[in-house]
Amino acid sequence: MYGRRFGLERRDGGDRLVASSWPGVDPEWSRTIRVKSTSAVDSPGTTHRWHILDNGAQLARRGLTPAGTLLCVHGNPTWSYLWRTLVAAGSDPVHPWRVIAVDQLDMGYSERTGTFRRLQDRVNDLGDLSDALGLDGPVTTVGHDWGGVISLGWALAHPKQLAGVVLTNTAVNQPSGSSLPPALQLALHPAVHQWGTTTSDAFLRVTHSLAHPPLPTDVRRAYMAPYRGALRRSGVGNFVADIPVDEAHPSFSALQEIAQGLRSLSVPALMLWGPRDPIFSDRYLKDLVERMPHADVHRFEGAGHLVAEDRDIASPLFHWLSSRGGVAGTGSAGEDDPDFRPFWDSVEVLAGGTGSGETAVAEMGPDGKVSRSMSWQQLHRNILDLENGLREAGVARGTRVSLMVPPGVDLTVTLYACLRLGAVVVVADAGLGTKGLSRAVKGATPDFIIGIDKALAAASLFAWPGRRISVRDLPAGRRRMLRVETSLDALARKGGDSTGKPADHSDPDAPAAVLFTSGSTGPAKGVLYTHRQLTAMRDTVAGTFGIRAGSRLVAGFAPFALLGPALGAVSVTPDMDVTAPGTLTARALADAVAAIAATVVFAAPAALRNVVATADALDGSGREALNNVSMLLSAGAPVPEPLLARVQEVLPQASLHTPYGMTEALPVTDISFEQIQEAAAEAAAGSVPGAGNGVCVGTPVHGARLAVIPLDAEGRAPGSSPVTTPGVTGEILVSAPHVKESYDRLWLTQQQSVNPAGWHRTGDVGHFDAAGRLWVEGRLPHVVTAPATVVTPVGVEQAIERLDSVRLAAVVGVGPVGTQAVAAVVETVPPVRKAGPATQQLAGSVRRAARAVSVDVSAVLAVPAQPTDIRHNAKIDRTRLARWATRVLAGGRPGKP
Amino acid sequence: MRVLVTGASGLLGSEVARTLVRQGHEVTTFQRRPSGVDGALDILGSVTDDDDVRRAVDGAEGIIHLAAKVSFAGKAVDFQNVNVEGTRRLLERARAAGVQDTVFVSSPSVANSGSAIAGLGAEPADPQRAHGNYSRTKAEAELLALGFDAPGFRVAAIRPHIVWGPGDTQLVERVLARAGHNRLPLLDAGAALIDTTYVDNAASAIVAALHRMDHVHARSLVVTNGEPRPIGELLADICTAGGVQAPSWKVPGAVARTAGVVVEKLWTWAKRSEEPPMTRFLAEQLSTAHWFDQRETRRLLDWAPVVSLDEGLARLSDHYARTPYPKG
Repeated sequence: MYGRRFGLERRDGGDRLVASSWPGVDPEWSRTIRVKSTSAVDSPGTTHRWHILDNGAQLARRGLTPAGTLLCVHGNPTWSYLWRTLVAAGSDPVHPWRVIAVDQLDMGYSERTGTFRRLQDRVNDLGDLSDALGLDGPVTTVGHDWGGVISLGWALAHPKQLAGVVLTNTAVNQPSGSSLPPALQLALHPAVHQWGTTTSDAFLRVTHSLAHPPLPTDVRRAYMAPYRGALRRSGVGNFVADIPVDEAHPSFSALQEIAQGLRSLSVPALMLWGPRDPIFSDRYLKDLVERMPHADVHRFEGAGHLVAEDRDIASPLFHWLSSRGGVAGTGSAGEDDPDFRPFWDSVEVLAGGTGSGETAVAEMGPDGKVSRSMSWQQLHRNILDLENGLREAGVARGTRVSLMVPPGVDLTVTLYACLRLGAVVVVADAGLGTKGLSRAVKGATPDFIIGIDKALAAASLFAWPGRRISVRDLPAGRRRMLRVETSLDALARKGGDSTGKPADHSDPDAPAAVLFTSGSTGPAKGVLYTHRQLTAMRDTVAGTFGIRAGSRLVAGFAPFALLGPALGAVSVTPDMDVTAPGTLTARALADAVAAIAATVVFAAPAALRNVVATADALDGSGREALNNVSMLLSAGAPVPEPLLARVQEVLPQASLHTPYGMTEALPVTDISFEQIQEAAAEAAAGSVPGAGNGVCVGTPVHGARLAVIPLDAEGRAPGSSPVTTPGVTGEILVSAPHVKESYDRLWLTQQQSVNPAGWHRTGDVGHFDAAGRLWVEGRLPHVVTAPATVVTPVGVEQAIERLDSVRLAAVVGVGPVGTQAVAAVVETVPPVRKAGPATQQLAGSVRRAARAVSVDVSAVLAVPAQPTDIRHNAKIDRTRLARWATRVLAGGRPGKP
Repeated sequence: MRVLVTGASGLLGSEVARTLVRQGHEVTTFQRRPSGVDGALDILGSVTDDDDVRRAVDGAEGIIHLAAKVSFAGKAVDFQNVNVEGTRRLLERARAAGVQDTVFVSSPSVANSGSAIAGLGAEPADPQRAHGNYSRTKAEAELLALGFDAPGFRVAAIRPHIVWGPGDTQLVERVLARAGHNRLPLLDAGAALIDTTYVDNAASAIVAALHRMDHVHARSLVVTNGEPRPIGELLADICTAGGVQAPSWKVPGAVARTAGVVVEKLWTWAKRSEEPPMTRFLAEQLSTAHWFDQRETRRLLDWAPVVSLDEGLARLSDHYARTPYPKG
């Protein structure tokens, strides 16, 4: 950071230019230049004085050769100050770039021309300036707000110099059928415009207030500095007045030209976006992505309009500058691959085979009987009909379709129809919570939302984007109220009537699905899969668990429910509220098993808990049905050993498997109950080096490789050499054909996750034992960094949970990284009434239990109930717990965690 | 080395002197009462008396300065005379007498304005913001002492945090006395994390500072056991060790802090010599976190605590088993 007392002060044309009072700006960058104008608004021979920030002279003085030039264009009502972090980063000798941030005419410290400059003039003005500066080397433009449009105008006019484009919250087009953001409508309203933008500084103040967190006083002052006095703000008002609200507007055609021109831009593009923007929301980002599908996109969740202030954009931008070219965009057309077997292949094959009349999918009703079922032939027919109907409704390759339909026959048909069309299905579930779900849907910007009534009501309430399709036909009034265009039933009827086209045999490397992480460590992330990766997931499950054509399975766990038909397996959805796994009863499970003589069961851990709890209600036939289950798969969260033991009593013949995985790679490892018991015995006996300290998740699944990057003293995994040395704790890495393609619109996160190349960083920590088994020790952000030792939570929590008086334990760190105090938060049996410090006795026994596994606990806190996530109701929200413990242990009132 | 230990009649000072004697140093002590340290030569006197100080520093190569007025009550001028002027006098005379190294024993409270401290290092001493006469004058004295640091006359400040052990009258017996009279409330939920220092560890750290002057001169270092505990549990453990019923009634911290200020003022005004039941200082100590980053301290001193908190409590318990604390 540059000091504020450089004392450099210039008087120039009566405007006070005091670079010394702009925090973050080296006064050496500030310069003015006289530029001859060729813009239509000026009479020939006119010159204008521009103010710019430019580190060119400084680089030359230091003998640094820039790799290229960034030409940065601010919007309204900011000025070149917006880009100070980029100028500073460009001056770094490690990656010198010449960075030129301009003050547009009538803006910042550039001349007040007394003219009304329209978009066309401003694009031309920027060309005049770049000519005067003699910019002939490779130039990457950077733009924000309306400066984004102007920078793109310059980019299209200078194809020879153009090397890339970077955009932050901006727009080139008002998407059809949508209206101008209310904030801009207000600013443009004749009654408000003059006063709001020019006479007063309201427009400036409102813009500055969009920063999250709020701007520091000195920064806000610097933004305001060139706009003190109504006379200096005419440019602000004119800028707003130049927004083309309709086709009649004088700048409309210039904007159209730029918007159209973008489709021809093939230079690398980066979009850094703050979605918390009341003006340039996600729909404008979507519009830009459609025009430049090759762009790298990163949405900084929680950041807003002034994304350059809200987040460090310099680091990702310079990282991108140095790495682009090597990264291929998604969605490019792939080669024909004769070995590729599409996701829906088994459905086609079985529908055309001798068993085409046998049941493929079924749903159980509350009466214990099959309420709905389809044969393979019917399933295939239904998929094709809906495919045709959806195609006619406008769903095509690349269309984003958000599916908000509970697992069952409808979801299966819709999913397979969409995949056949090459559409990208977006699957966000209620497990994210209302806020998280809404954020996920808005960020994914679906073109269509297909949902049950409840989902469509939420879409209305939260203004989710996308055309709406209901599952069943809705009454006309309801349809109008929810703005629902049609229904799946109607589309299928229409599709059945039409002849349609044969299935689009899709590009294996085209995007197929966006799934969401549970968001237990920060906002939920969209995870993008290609067709090839989805089919690899299918083949991994087949190869690891031996599920194939003819297998019969109960799909009680959402992610696997959709795999059944792809595997060629007969699948039945048990009677339960699938969004609440804890509602599956032993009776309902037995009925589902009996209905199709299932031998395989998929169920979430929470569902198992309830099955065990309701096992007493089973009658003889129910018990008999469950006796035929030969395999159980439970994933989504760790399944405690005692629970498995009780599940084994209910499913006596079943091999119990608890695969480990994550939304980005499912599954990664597999382990059976017998193997868990064996591992536990070996850990207790100390007979296998590395066994113990964590949850044993077994060995890699078919086709997967695993390794770790060792942790450092600050609890990070900064290295890039994966190891599998027994006993070495590190971040777990996975490499497999079914690992995700990328994070959706999270370019930076994706870059960080694929490091080293070919691996996916899971964000989990763990180690291997000498038998090659993986032991998971927790999440990387939950690692506690005590002085001189790094504590991973799972091992010590297990030790504490072995106490009879403790039901659930969570270990969190309190205080600065590297010198944290270890706090154990316990849910006791019976639970305490109020959260607070544990009794002297409990604290003593917890401390002794932890010390037995070499962990020194500073404080023991007892809570009535641990805060857990919504999706699995099993993962303790440690981030929240750590914040709470920090407050309580600093002397604050306990309240609720 | 010939070492002068001032204030060696107290719990920590006598342990420092004993440690030096054990290490084979030639130890002189300086305080008003006999130190009771075998193998050390006592010089009796006060840091407020110039002649006494001259006598004490004569011939010393190193000084460990612990003598101070430590109390929650008392007149400001007394604190000023002993803690600030006494330190100034001692250092001036020491410099004149050719002493080379001085360890000024300070307190973390010199940098504490009352807010929680969670894992911080030694923040700068600040007499303006330190609360109470003791902390304020110790802050002033620490700044003064470090100001003396110069080539050939090196000064370091060590700030042990809440020193306790068998025979401790500052913390342990105060806690036991108050608990015994049911005058020791737990503030808020009693969850504030407090790090303390077992007396042997404080002494060995202070002596280590004298040997590591190359690394620590002109610096302030906080010393603790590095084992933060919730205050409620710590007090309960001390009570258990002393055979006294642990405190149970709770008072909101803010109420206690306000009450502390009022009581402190009234007590001073009434010229009561015994300790007031609650002072703002005590309220803060009992209701907000005080624990510290020990990494730099341990590296610079090349030192680590030898007696753990649990071991310390066991020794305390043994002590009271032999010499029971009189029940209130």
